[in-house]
Amino acid sequence: MTNLIDLPGEEYMLPGNRACAGCGLALAYRYILKALDGRAIMCVPASCLTVLGGMYPVSSVRMPWLNVTFPSTAATASGVVAGLKALGRKDVTVVAMAGDGGTVDIGIQALSGAAERNTDLLYICYDNEAYMNTGVQRSSATPKGVKTTTTPVGGKREHKKDMAGIMEAHHLAYIATASPAFPDDLYDKVRKARDMRGTRYIHVYAPCPPGWLFHTKDTVNVGRISVETGAVVLYEIEDGAFRLTGLSKEIADFDELKPLTTYLECQGRFRDLDAATIEELETRVARRWDRYVARDEEADA
Amino acid sequence: MASRMAAAADTEVQIITGNQAMALAAKRCRVQVVAAYPITPQSQVTETLSEYVAAGELDAEYVNVESEHSALSVCIGASSVGARAFTATSANGLAYMCEPLHWAAGARLPIVLGCVNRAMAAPWSVLNDQQDSMSQRDAGWIQIFARNNQEIFDTAVQAFKIAQTVSVPVMVCYDGYLLSHTVMPVDVPSQEAVDTFLPPYTPHTILDPADPRNLNQVTLADPRENEKGVLCHGYMELRYLLEEALEQARDTIIAVDEEYAAAFGRSCGGMLWTYRSEDAEVLLVAAGSLASEASVAVDALRADGCKAGVIGVRAYRPFPKQELIEATAPAARVLVFDKSLSYGNEGPICGDVKAALYGSGSHPAVHGYIAGLGGRDVRAAELAEAVRRDAAKGAVAPTEWINCRI
Amino acid sequence: MGTRDCGHLSAMAAPAKGEAGETGRWRTMRPVVDHTKCTAAAADSLVCLRCWCYCPEAAIEKAVPIEIDLTYCKGCGICAEGCPSKAITMVPEVECEDGE
Repeated sequence: MTNLIDLPGEEYMLPGNRACAGCGLALAYRYILKALDGRAIMCVPASCLTVLGGMYPVSSVRMPWLNVTFPSTAATASGVVAGLKALGRKDVTVVAMAGDGGTVDIGIQALSGAAERNTDLLYICYDNEAYMNTGVQRSSATPKGVKTTTTPVGGKREHKKDMAGIMEAHHLAYIATASPAFPDDLYDKVRKARDMRGTRYIHVYAPCPPGWLFHTKDTVNVGRISVETGAVVLYEIEDGAFRLTGLSKEIADFDELKPLTTYLECQGRFRDLDAATIEELETRVARRWDRYVARDEEADA
Repeated sequence: MASRMAAAADTEVQIITGNQAMALAAKRCRVQVVAAYPITPQSQVTETLSEYVAAGELDAEYVNVESEHSALSVCIGASSVGARAFTATSANGLAYMCEPLHWAAGARLPIVLGCVNRAMAAPWSVLNDQQDSMSQRDAGWIQIFARNNQEIFDTAVQAFKIAQTVSVPVMVCYDGYLLSHTVMPVDVPSQEAVDTFLPPYTPHTILDPADPRNLNQVTLADPRENEKGVLCHGYMELRYLLEEALEQARDTIIAVDEEYAAAFGRSCGGMLWTYRSEDAEVLLVAAGSLASEASVAVDALRADGCKAGVIGVRAYRPFPKQELIEATAPAARVLVFDKSLSYGNEGPICGDVKAALYGSGSHPAVHGYIAGLGGRDVRAAELAEAVRRDAAKGAVAPTEWINCRI
Repeated sequence: MGTRDCGHLSAMAAPAKGEAGETGRWRTMRPVVDHTKCTAAAADSLVCLRCWCYCPEAAIEKAVPIEIDLTYCKGCGICAEGCPSKAITMVPEVECEDGE
């Protein structure tokens, strides 16, 4: 595992971009680009990342980047893969990167199609758990109870879609979850995925200060707490073999999860939760954690 | 005549359907990426192409996508990195492509799309009319109609060259079943001859880690300077360039058709074609196979002493305005037969003909007819009868529906 | 001079810093570094550098002594929050000598 201090100093995401102060996506993106060494073509649909990328004729990123329609990220990327193959270009990794709305909602059909064809691309979903760029509307990745501009009273009524689980059902070579609060873990996963073939999927949880209602200084704190409480679990599935990674692995082996309320209380979007919903979320997180730990132990044994 | 003789030695006549002619043209153009989704009556195009790839006759990436939206998106990705890309669809499939149709034109990608014209649902109909491509006429694509299987092949080969020359995608439209599933003799040029006619594709876009660019970004309303202080386009300037390219495409369509005629001994007429129109007092205007049917009607009318002629609309976008003004100059009456409708107004070709003639000094009466929706048969005798009835109409008349038994 | 001279047929941009302008102007709080407290400065080597590591703006170079690019730093405060030796303090811009 790469140590934080050994992460490369070269920057591909340039300062003075359009991302909000304290943006969790921007932090994750810095490390995703470092892991790709600049040798990739990105396909990006409408999203916060489009905003970060900047407005014509200036780009905030030293990386070839193709903007694509909202539903077509994995399909357009499939076209880039096919085009490069037809032209005999083998030196470039094709990366499709979309937000949660662009992945779990409008982009799921194209993504499932590309995954079924085992298209040779790395798909990264950065999940800030709502349509942030358009003003914090709920997506199917928004957790239950969260207040958004389209769930203004009582919060969202449905649970979050398990996208990494859906991708696991496609039996891909590599699936991982990650958080920008752990850049070393994220960097290693992107590098590993970069060097594999077929469809690879990484789900990055990206804390969002204006959307989740916490102070800009706390992006890394919120990301860390999300893992400490089990709201986010860091894992990877390589050729079907599941294993916990990073802090999630340490907690499973040596410690226990902190109360979920620590996570729910460190941001404003959960402020209207009632006791019953908190209990439901706690039960859900605990059961999921037990399942993941069991799978991890199964692999160790 | 010498070129026809030379070409004849280098070609082979095949008895094939319109769909097979389209697939064979894509093969002759050495498409590098094919992506399509099954839909009647288009499916045979992509089935044939997948057979070519499977048999090793065509060195292309064939992507079995999960929707038409993805089919065109694959072409957009492939074309952006410099691969020659092709797709085909019909009706609801074309409608599902609406978003990437606009995208491909705005990104100025020379994709060629075979549109096998079919009626739009609801209700379901797999049969022919031209509502599908007409409903996408403002997407920024060049649209060209073919009237028989030979023209499907010839137009498709020309389409790749036109698209590359002006950096605008081209839709080759032909009537479902009437052409797609009808067998006709097609004169097929050799691979070497097509290779000579069609140069390789060099993209105007750059997607290379050695020179990282960001394509199709958010673009402001006003122009903006780049990092070197060069003033670059705003959204409006980019759209002006697209329209300018569509206007320039008039000359390109004509020039490419002439080059094709020189190489293969056959012309498709450039922007439009005419039949017995020189001295015509009444002209029948239509697109696709309906215009061929109109030629049969004209022969019957001429036999009865009626000086009739045909204008076949080949290029629909860009619209052949100047050619129409010239071709309609001798006529007192123009009957436009549309196989689609701009609901709440009139047939789209009819409206465009009127707009083209307005202020031109040519003032025939222009009357609109709607025919053949959802596969309703249109016989030459019905067209001839419409021409006879039309003589009683004044300068302005409401749109008439042919053979609608409401 | 019109925009035609840029030669683009479609929107095609090249990378540059400051695409959104001098984003340092967004800042209300400024990170001020006390190099006497900085672990990396004390060791004069590439150690710690949590501030560089967690900066979502890429406004800090991987170098010693650390320097924050105030032209672009948006003032989120992640560097100060995460500094193990409390060497970075967030100071209101209005209290800075050259503050606006």
